[in-house]
Amino acid sequence: MPACRRSGRFRFGFLMVLFTAMALLAPIAVQAAEDLESLVAELGAAPLPKKDEVVQRMIATGAPEVVTILEALVERDLYTRKSDEKVVIGRKASGGLMLLDPVTGEELGVVGSRDVSRVTTNNSLRSSVKASMGALTLMSPDPQRRLEAADGLLKSSDQTMLPLLEQALAKEQDAAVLNALQLAEASIKLQSESAEVRLSGVQALSDRTDPESRVMLSRLLLKDGDVWREPDENVRGAAEETLASMESRLRMWRTVEHLYQGISLGSVLLLAAMGLAITFGVMGVINMAHGEMVMLGAYTTFVIQEGFRSAAPELFGWSLAVALPAAFLVSALVGVAMERGCIRFLYGRPLETLLATWGISLILQQTVRSIFGPTNREVGSPEWMQGAMESVAGITLTYNRLYIILFSFCVLCAVLLVLKKTAFGLQMRAVTQNREMARAMGIPTGRVDAMTFGLGSGIAGIAGVALSQIDNVSPNLGQAYIVDSFMVVVFGGVGNLWGAFAGAMSLGVVNKLLEPWAGAVLGKILVLVAIILFIQKRPRGLFALRGRAVES
Amino acid sequence: MTVTGKASYAESQLYVDGVTVSFDGFKALNNLSFTVDPGEMRAIIGPNGAGKTTMMDVITGKTKPDEGRVIFKGDIDLGKRDEAAVVALGIGRKFQRPSVFENHTVFDNLELAIKSDRRPFACLFDRLDGERRDKIDATLERIGLTEQKGRLAGQLSHGQKQWLEIGMLLVQDPELLFLDEPVAGMTDQETEGTVELLRDLQGERSIVVVEHDMAFVHALGVKVTVLHEGSVLAEGAMDQVQNDPRVIEVYLGR
Amino acid sequence: MSLLQRLTAPQPQAPGKGRLASVILLTILAAIAILVPLLNLTQAPGSALHVPTYLVSLLGKYLCFAMLALSIDLIWGFCGILSLGHGAFFALGGYAMGMYLMRQIGDRGVYGNAELPDFMVFLNWKELPWYWYGFDLFPFAMVMALFVPGLLAFVFGWLAFRSRVSGVYLSIITQAMTYALMLAFFRNDMGFGGNNGLTDFKDLLGFDLQADTTRAALLAATCIALGGCYLLCRAIVASKLGRLIAAIRDDEPRVRFLGYRVENFKLFVFVLSAMIAGLAGALYVPQVGIINPGEFAPANSIEAVIWVAIGGRGTLYGAIAGGVLVNYAKTVLTGLIPEIWLFALGAMFIAVTLFFPKGLVGSLPGAIDWLKAKAGARSAATPTRPLAKEAGE
Repeated sequence: MPACRRSGRFRFGFLMVLFTAMALLAPIAVQAAEDLESLVAELGAAPLPKKDEVVQRMIATGAPEVVTILEALVERDLYTRKSDEKVVIGRKASGGLMLLDPVTGEELGVVGSRDVSRVTTNNSLRSSVKASMGALTLMSPDPQRRLEAADGLLKSSDQTMLPLLEQALAKEQDAAVLNALQLAEASIKLQSESAEVRLSGVQALSDRTDPESRVMLSRLLLKDGDVWREPDENVRGAAEETLASMESRLRMWRTVEHLYQGISLGSVLLLAAMGLAITFGVMGVINMAHGEMVMLGAYTTFVIQEGFRSAAPELFGWSLAVALPAAFLVSALVGVAMERGCIRFLYGRPLETLLATWGISLILQQTVRSIFGPTNREVGSPEWMQGAMESVAGITLTYNRLYIILFSFCVLCAVLLVLKKTAFGLQMRAVTQNREMARAMGIPTGRVDAMTFGLGSGIAGIAGVALSQIDNVSPNLGQAYIVDSFMVVVFGGVGNLWGAFAGAMSLGVVNKLLEPWAGAVLGKILVLVAIILFIQKRPRGLFALRGRAVES
Repeated sequence: MTVTGKASYAESQLYVDGVTVSFDGFKALNNLSFTVDPGEMRAIIGPNGAGKTTMMDVITGKTKPDEGRVIFKGDIDLGKRDEAAVVALGIGRKFQRPSVFENHTVFDNLELAIKSDRRPFACLFDRLDGERRDKIDATLERIGLTEQKGRLAGQLSHGQKQWLEIGMLLVQDPELLFLDEPVAGMTDQETEGTVELLRDLQGERSIVVVEHDMAFVHALGVKVTVLHEGSVLAEGAMDQVQNDPRVIEVYLGR
Repeated sequence: MSLLQRLTAPQPQAPGKGRLASVILLTILAAIAILVPLLNLTQAPGSALHVPTYLVSLLGKYLCFAMLALSIDLIWGFCGILSLGHGAFFALGGYAMGMYLMRQIGDRGVYGNAELPDFMVFLNWKELPWYWYGFDLFPFAMVMALFVPGLLAFVFGWLAFRSRVSGVYLSIITQAMTYALMLAFFRNDMGFGGNNGLTDFKDLLGFDLQADTTRAALLAATCIALGGCYLLCRAIVASKLGRLIAAIRDDEPRVRFLGYRVENFKLFVFVLSAMIAGLAGALYVPQVGIINPGEFAPANSIEAVIWVAIGGRGTLYGAIAGGVLVNYAKTVLTGLIPEIWLFALGAMFIAVTLFFPKGLVGSLPGAIDWLKAKAGARSAATPTRPLAKEAGE
């Protein structure tokens, strides 16, 4: 990754410049790159007031070990070994202290606490060292280190660190670190003595929506007794305003998230309902076994994946590509068999068709249950479908849902193309509109019926492949979707794929928008009740055909 | 447009004024106006899609007009009433397809049709009294189905079903009758019988016959209204209408 | 004429045949109501004539299902409305009874709380929800068992029939109705025991539900209720209203243009049917000892429809026979090979729609005629009875 390396080198150069500048500021000019070992010895020997200066020189070396040594100093783990006056790091161990060489990290053996004396420090030295360490880590080439430093600053809110922090901010590339740095900056500014700086701190937060910054701002608006925590009225006003705009942005993001979930639910419903829109809408056949066609598609995916797992695990990522046509074929064949074997005898008797197909659905369910068992089956997702997009506001958009949305649109387009542009689609529409006339013109109506039913069922099978990615694959899979699918078709208006599309999307979105305040179950009940009421108003759905055609 | 004069509005049996109905932009009826006088028999003809069925739907309360009004007996607006209310006012309608209750006997068909309290609880406790029984018997005689009264309506011939349906309208005592293609699918003999039946009814009540069969309309010998594209194309005696160049164009094509 | 044609051809409904079937049915019910409790209570358990108590309850359960089937036949067989939500009315009636039985437990529950049912104590509820008031009174609970399903049917039917929702659309939204109710009753905060429903009943009107005498009495009560409902339905279908709803089934626009407000008639029958289903549910719960939201499952309602189809719709007694026979078959088959039941049920759905649209009671006479014709001389094979279908075509 050349880009990364380049930025690493760049940072290193920057560090050198910075340390040089700091060294120049120090009262005693020192040569860069002093010997760390001698400096450590000096640190041990120097009197308290001088120690700070030694620390600065150590930092100026830029050696990575410095951080460990300074941490030990702050933690009061730095000792002088009495036997040879060597400065060492002591860690508590059984039987006394385990001594480590500060520079090499080499273990020097366990000694009693009497054999060493602690390097003296006081509070002011420790806090000065801490600040200097912050600077050191803020510029560290390791992003993890920088992140920790930024978080450290957020907690300590050390005013003196502000200039350094701003420098770091100007150069930071990593998004996560940048985020933490901005937060730390704002936090430091908010605790400044100057109202002006505090105000700028508030403004620095204005683009954010994360909970930390909201807590920070709302803290400004608290009162201790009668006294405002934030004395300045302007700052309070700004904080209030920023907070309000944050809330509204947050609401917007949440709405976006719910919309996304709604559209993704809508796509699932669309996939499940599209086949139904064809069989119910175009053919007037109520196929209660439609859900089982979806289930068959999901189980086909399972079988194909098992095949891949045992035969060619390295090609697992391709399993879905194979499963799609396979599921289409399996469900379509079962559909054609159903149509030829049963449904064709029942045309014109919709209620009987409903009952017969329900019977078929029971048989299919029990068959699958007998073969694969009643429990859920594991269907894997290829790697490219896993994971999620995360945005600043803390909302996540998972990839598998995104793919399902795209996929359902593709299937919709494909079906529309088949219906509008192919000879089969033309024949199908002809049979739908006037069966007798179509037959008179030499269209094999029986075959068109079977093919239409096969197409509807095949699409259900494809829906099963998609559903296997987000839902449990069990013999009851179809049952879970059948009522919803019917609602989509009935709501959207029969005989119209766009109706199914509109129905699916509006049901999905309304369901998800209701969920936050009504809960999942109540939301669903409300949607069902709404549809039941809606059908009273428009008995033939959203996109109803009117006029003579409806009467027959 | 040749419409019967406004003067007859108050005395008319049925007054259709500027009725427009559209389905998804298609105007099934377009500013349709005509009048039927009390006791008159009228034939309405027109090619397919001329709006005959929609016209009857509007008058009998099935379809609401987008514009215009339908006035019954000079002062009753039918536009806001549903089918049951329109029937209760005394308007009967026979469908194009013979529409009788095939799993009921001929007698039961007439019993369900005869004028009575139409509310559920009244029906639950309804017993046929002698007067209504006599009326059914008289109607059976009139439509020539006395012999068949115990048979299921589904077992009747096509023509007999048509007559039964007319009988079902007659027992309701309507003032205005709509007959949609009463001789469609009938043998010549049956058609003759129907002509006789209608002649017999003439004068008793207003009757509107919607027909395709020109010979039948000719045989009726009544005033004819020709519908085309949702409005009245011509009106007058059959001979006169038949020679109207516009009518010829519509029926024979350009 | 093939067997299939013979089975599907419509036959004129001879009034005498219905009367005979009614007499047979009522006699059987009376016999069950008297003999079964007698044989259960008076005969020693070892005796050959003894009817074990579990059989008494099982029979009671079948008869409740038969009553549900009866209610479906009234609305489907006679009015042509295929309700896929009658299980909801059944369950609501059951819940009304269940609530009474819960209140009867009093302080004998696990938590010993006299004021609240156990599940409310468990959910930390402090007081009884308002809709539980009055359910400690048996008459009130019984009125509710009829009133609540009737009210639901009224509201639902009023909306649906007025806007002329019919056919499969109506079937589908009735299914959505029971599905929505199932989801609602699964919620704990509905106050009906959530997932577990209502159970652990102790006694009814002071009689121990586990006692043989109570069970026998419940069976007798079920027989009487079923007989009563049958007579009521029979009276309705024989009235002018009955002929009218059959006319609605066959040709709704014609009825409308005869001046009847079809929606009112449908509503009347739908509400009545829902109330019968509710009564069936109320009798069912004390005999099985539990009511839970699973009773609302759409699958249950559809299964009940098939009882009617198998028995023979539009006959009333056929529905009762179907309700008992299919459930008996279910008990036997699930006892033998559990997996086979769904296959059998599925096959029944297909067979009855494809081959026996008139069900058992409708097809048996045809089958018998056919057998007779086969056995008899070839010359006698021509049907003597006029067949409506032939005349109609």
